[in-house]
Order: sequence, then structure tokens, then C-alpha cells
Amino acid sequence: MGVKTIAEFAAEGQKPEILFWVGCAGSFDARAKKVSMAFAKILESAAISYAILGNEESCTGDPARRAGNEFLFQMSALQNIEVLNGYEVQKIVTACPHCFNTLKNEYPKLGGNYEVLHHTQLISQLISEGKLKVEGDAFKGKKVTYHDSCYLGRINSEYEAPRSILNELDANIVEMDQSRSRGLCCGAGGAQMFKENEPGDKRINMERVDQALETGANVVAANCPFCITMLTDGLKAHEKQDEVMVLDISELIVQANGL
Amino acid sequence: MGLSQIIFLVLTAVVFFIAFKQFGAIYQNIKLGKDEEISGDAGWRWQNVLLVAFGQKKMFKRFIPAILHFFIYAAFLMTQVELIEIFIDGFGGVHRFFAEPLGGLYTFIISFIEILSVLAFVATIVFLWRRNILKVPRFWKPEMVGWPKLDGNLILVGELLLLVGIFSMNGADTLLQQLDPAHYPDTGNLAISSWLGPALFGGFDASTLHVIERFGWWLHILVVFGFITYLPFSKHLHIFLAFPNVFFSRKRSRGEIENMPEIMNEVKSMMGLVEDTGEMSEDIPEFGSKDIFDLSWKNILEAYTCTECGRCTSVCPANMTGKKLSPRKIMMDIRDRAEEVGKNLKSGSDEFISADKKGEGVTLSKDNYDDGKSLFDYISNEELYACTTCNACVEACPVMISPLEPILEMRRYDILTNSSGPSDWLPMFNSVENGGAVWQMPEERAAWTKEDN
Repeated sequence: MGVKTIAEFAAEGQKPEILFWVGCAGSFDARAKKVSMAFAKILESAAISYAILGNEESCTGDPARRAGNEFLFQMSALQNIEVLNGYEVQKIVTACPHCFNTLKNEYPKLGGNYEVLHHTQLISQLISEGKLKVEGDAFKGKKVTYHDSCYLGRINSEYEAPRSILNELDANIVEMDQSRSRGLCCGAGGAQMFKENEPGDKRINMERVDQALETGANVVAANCPFCITMLTDGLKAHEKQDEVMVLDISELIVQANGL
Repeated sequence: MGLSQIIFLVLTAVVFFIAFKQFGAIYQNIKLGKDEEISGDAGWRWQNVLLVAFGQKKMFKRFIPAILHFFIYAAFLMTQVELIEIFIDGFGGVHRFFAEPLGGLYTFIISFIEILSVLAFVATIVFLWRRNILKVPRFWKPEMVGWPKLDGNLILVGELLLLVGIFSMNGADTLLQQLDPAHYPDTGNLAISSWLGPALFGGFDASTLHVIERFGWWLHILVVFGFITYLPFSKHLHIFLAFPNVFFSRKRSRGEIENMPEIMNEVKSMMGLVEDTGEMSEDIPEFGSKDIFDLSWKNILEAYTCTECGRCTSVCPANMTGKKLSPRKIMMDIRDRAEEVGKNLKSGSDEFISADKKGEGVTLSKDNYDDGKSLFDYISNEELYACTTCNACVEACPVMISPLEPILEMRRYDILTNSSGPSDWLPMFNSVENGGAVWQMPEERAAWTKEDN
């Protein structure tokens, strides 16, 4: 698949409609790379003109800022803003709610003003505009539960867009005990992803996985690469990884449409 | 002027004097925090005051405690109307000043208060039961031992006493109105007392009834006085502070962590984005918050507003899984530290002047204060570094407190000023700084596009 960089667009004297911000996980994490690919396929099938930054993209600085390393955050952010503004980027979509949050809510103070969408928001828009149709019955009758990530849900109040996509699947959607604004964290946020847990009785991802298993779902739909890692790890610890799949919403669409 | 009038007058004066001093001290303690202007968006602020503080919108996410709390709250608000009469009667040596002029309206108001009072009585009993017998987990966390636990119960017992006062007073009064109509003006048929009075005190003679009525009246006002002087030492300050706290809450998006302009400017000049002014401060700069002086005054106001309900802690993923972090404890620690500093400053003792600022004629102030302690003596790194920034605590707080803000401020101090923090983070910091990614990766960032999927 030919994913073009924004520099390639520029070399042809063109500008893409939207920039796909891939993020570190989407670029390097083996599991999250599959999500990037799935989302790229969706963009392609909806005939969206998009580009990535490629090597000009770097960490938004989210984990640094939340760890307390403001210096590193500012360096990362200002560098990214210079690149984004250099290409006169106006609209950004990303499959990572941490990147989404930082680009949307924290870059404006530093001089980066863009329209920022989470990929579930864009997909939901494409569906309602008729540019993307969810076909097939890959998930018909299957029990699917949805895990609200903190940074998309509670922090940015986006509960509906991902659910509206799931509703297209003809699946049996079951909510966990804690969902929407009460959704339980997967345990990765606030740079916890990059450190060992503080002492306690249980890992947070295990708590969340227990809630997901309680629903009896075959699929846990997620919207964040770090949640996917955490939930998958939790399922592995229960040796349930073959019975219950953790999939990004974009992957569900790709499977349903056979893309 | 009768003796009881004099006693009432003196008591009122003493209570208001003590309250004025104590509330003044709290105001001073809040001002120990950093100056920060919070203004604008008046419409949004008043809307919050109306919906969140006055209307308790965020409480109603948990319906049962919300409705019980609402009974107590409504009874408390309405009783203030009755309190006006108590003050007029107390100062003027009159009895039920409003009964005759208001007539039927008086019957309605007092009846309304009585119904709310019964509901509040039931709610208070349920609350005591939830706290002590049902042992709702959020009331039994490690930070809720000793004073916080006693404080919660004292308030509830005080409420019961107050209600006992109201019904003794009104109940005896309804009987006295028939025995001695010259001194006891007709209140009409009060919703509760008109049957509760005869049921409890029926057949008592006038002098006994008079004692019961006076007992109820004095009990009521004494509990109110006690309450006013007790509040400054209690978690119960939320009944007042919830309003300014909600009014001054920050409008910025929940996902936005406060920018640090001083660091932004430094990084900008480092990157050549702005001209370097060449001005380097002699002092080694301190970033983040080590003590209450480095927090915003708003954070300290929040600490005093916290009523230790523990909704934050009960939804905290770290706390839920047995970690030491409890968002409620963070707020309690900030308040306790502010109290400690406030007390020391008030003592004026030289021992609290920092060594390098001690000297002839130097008086203790918040600018030279140093007692060798800080917030880090209250809050451990283990607590700070257990936070996932998930905002569940922020979402849960009924009065818009953010325990997350001070946690991040203290992380900033530890990371930026102490150059400390979890060693696990160093590889991530290094990778972001040198490779622009959270992991050190050998391949190109766009390599995934070439992979076969």
C-alpha cells in the first residue's frame, strides 16, 4: 500500500486533505502497527487524500509531560509544531487518544492550532456521510464489549463516535460494569506504560480485563494502542488470548469489510 | 433586658468573634499559595455555582447518597429561615416573632421545615449506619482513621441533636399554645409537631412543657453556635467553600495540563525560535511544587473544600488495585500542611525563619519560612508515581476539586528540580529526547507502511 508522506505531497506541489498522525506506538509497536495499517486501509477505501509525516514526526511529548518532565514535553511539542506549521497542516487524525489529546488540547498554547480528530471520530463521520459502508457479517451475533480509553472518553467526552461504529457491525454490544465517564483505566496512562507498577494487590489491567471477561464478550473493542497492549497482556495472564480478542475499532471495520 | 437575652447576646458575640478569627486564619492559609488570577467566563462560572454547587448536579451520579444528602442540605438551607426568627426572639426577648404577622404563611414555612427535618433525620441515621455499620469502603481507608473518622461522626450526631432541638421546641410549643395562648402565639397546625408534640409530651403540665420548649430552643441555637465554631476545624467547610471553589474552577479542557511558560520560553530560545535575551538568573530555578507556597491558592482552597467523601479514592484505579495513592489523602495532606504552616507562621517564632535569611530585625513571613519540612513529608513518591492521570478522581468530585493538579505539580518538582523520579522513565526520556520516540528503535518511523499486512 502506498502511504505517502506530506513531504512527497509537497514535492508534487500538493497538499493532503488530512494528516494521519501515526504516533510512536502506531509506528513502532508490532501490535499497533497493524492498527495503523488497518486505519490506512479505511482511509484508502473511503478515498481520502491523506499523508503521514514519516521521519519528520516525533513523540508528541504526552508521556514526558505527564511524568512531570515539562522540559522534554516542550522540546518535543515545539519541534512538532514547527514541522506541522511548516507544512501548513490544518486537519489531523490519529489513532492514539494520547496524541489526540495533546495535539488538540495542549498544542494551541504553544502555537499549534489544528482541527484534530480521533480516528473513531473520522470513521464515524465517513460512515454517516456515506463515504464508508460497513459490510459483511463477520461480527454478526458476536458479543462485543467496548473499552473507553480515558483520554478519548472521560478526558475528551467522546463516548458516542466509537459506539456508533460498533452499532454498524450487527454485533451484540455489551457494556462493562464501568463504562463511559465511569470507564476504568487500563493502567497505562500518565507514563505508567513506561515504568513498573507501584506496589499493590493487583495490576490495573487485570482489574479491567476481569470486568471485560464478566461480560462474556468474544471481542474487546478498543481505541488506543496502549489500552490494546494492557488488555492483551491481561488476557494472556488469564490464558484467554485465544478466546477473547482485543481489536481496535478500525480493525473491526477492516475485518467486516474484508479490506 | 432579661438574663436569657444577655446570655444570648454575649454568646452570639463570642461565637462570631471566634468564627471571624478562625475563618480569617483559613483565608490567610489559602493565600499562602501562589497568586493566580482566575477570572472571566462569568456566565459559565455562575452556571456552575447554580448547577454544581447549589444544584448538586455531580452528586446525582450516585443517586441514593445524593438524595439523602439533598434532604440534609435542603433542611439546612430552610432552617436558616427559622434561625432568623430564633435570633430575633433571642435578642428581643420575644417568642415566635413571625407567627402572628405571617399567619398561614408561617404555618406553611415551619411545616415545610419540619418535613425536611424529618427527612434529614432519616438521612442522618442512614449516613451513620452507612459509615459505621455498613462500613462503606470509602469511609474506611487508611487516611480515615482518628480525627477524620470522628469528625464525620460528630457532624452527624450534631445534626441529630439539632433536629431533636427543633422537634422538642415545636412539639412542646403546640401544647403550650392551648395551655397558655397569651404567651404562645398560634402557629396553626404544624405538619409534624401538631401530632408529634401530643404524642411525646401529651399530659405534661405547663411548667414542664415550658422547660422542654426552652431546652429545645437553646439546644437548637447552641448546636448552631457550636457548629459555626467547629467548622474551621472540620472537613465540613464544604458547606461554604463549595460555592467559591466551584466558581473559581478552571475552564481549561480536562486534557490540558497547565503550561509552564518559563520552560517554554527557555526551550524556545534554546531552539532559536526566539531571540535569547541573555538574561540568566543567578539562582538555580525551581520548577513544580515542593510545598504549599508553590501550589496555586486554588489548590489550597480545594484542599479546604474537600469534605473527605472519598468518591475520588473509590474510583481511583491505583487505589482500587491496592496502591498507596488515594486522591482524597492528597487533598487532606495539602490542607494539613497548610494548617501546620499557618500555625507556625502565627507563632512568629524565629525557629521557622530559614537559616540564610535569619538576621537582626527579620520577622517571620511566608517568604522566609522554613521549618525543614515540605509536602513531600506528607505525600510519598510511591503515591505520586502511582497516578495514571485517568481523571476518574476529577470526574468523581462533586465540588470540582482536582487532586490531579497537585500530583502533577509535585511530579514536576521531583523530576525537574530534584532530577529524581522512577529510574524506569530514564530510557523513555532519553529516547524521546534523542530519537523522537518513546522507545529506542532501529528502524525508520515510516517502516510500517512497507510491511506486509
